[in-house]
Amino acid sequence: MDAMKAIRAPVIVAGLLLMASGTAAPAAEYQIVVAKMKFGSPPDRLHVGDVIVWRNDDIFHHTATARDASFDIDLPAKSQARMTIERVGAVKFYCRLHPMMTGELNVQP
Amino acid sequence: MFKNILAATFLLGLAGTAAIAADAKISDPQIAHIAYTAGQIDVTAAEQALKKSKNTDVIEFAKTMERDHKAVNEQALALVKKLKVTPEDNKVSKSLNAQATKELAKLGALDGSAFDKAYVDNEVAYHKAVNSALADQLIPSAKNAELKSLLETGLALFKEHQMHAEHLAGMTK
Repeated sequence: MDAMKAIRAPVIVAGLLLMASGTAAPAAEYQIVVAKMKFGSPPDRLHVGDVIVWRNDDIFHHTATARDASFDIDLPAKSQARMTIERVGAVKFYCRLHPMMTGELNVQP
Repeated sequence: MFKNILAATFLLGLAGTAAIAADAKISDPQIAHIAYTAGQIDVTAAEQALKKSKNTDVIEFAKTMERDHKAVNEQALALVKKLKVTPEDNKVSKSLNAQATKELAKLGALDGSAFDKAYVDNEVAYHKAVNSALADQLIPSAKNAELKSLLETGLALFKEHQMHAEHLAGMTK
């Protein structure tokens, strides 16, 4: 019984360490929800390698399109699409079908 | 005074909404009919633009109007079916249709950039008018929560469309 406890403790510690390193790892996944004809706020801290899941909750077709043409994500009604961030810097984006819908990603190294 | 000016212009049909709401309570079946009619009118206007315009920006705009308003109206039809409500024709819908028929004829006589400008200007005015009707009359009067929510979706859509049309109007001057 004592031996079991002794084994379990390091396993738990290792698990916690893994979780901690998981949250601190550079690659993270974020969701940007498109709803009621608006883009949700992008996360403050984005890094190269992070993944953005664009989720369109509207009944309308949208796109998430970079002004600098670095990405162009097609988002049919009630769909989602994943995108990995590849470059550093500020990128303004908009919906090609609804140009008044805009936002900006700020990517750090 | 403002209402009189509105009534004297294109907004005749929608100004009528205020009258209805003041006289007798506007019902959900009537609201559903007005909202569907307002969407259908914009789809028809877009179809005309797609036949007549050669301007890429105007064509893209018209395609968006057609796609979005069809999407809302499909939802509206599904909702009235689910609620077992029969949309009820009324004087606002009739007035909207009468006005739209005139506008189609007016635009039908124009070509080229004159058509583009008239279409886009009309889209600005039309969306502005529908926005006011939705925000001031239809949404507050709607009793069913799902209908109200769909009208709110419609308002968010119409607002973006209005800004889009205004932006385009600035380009087609």
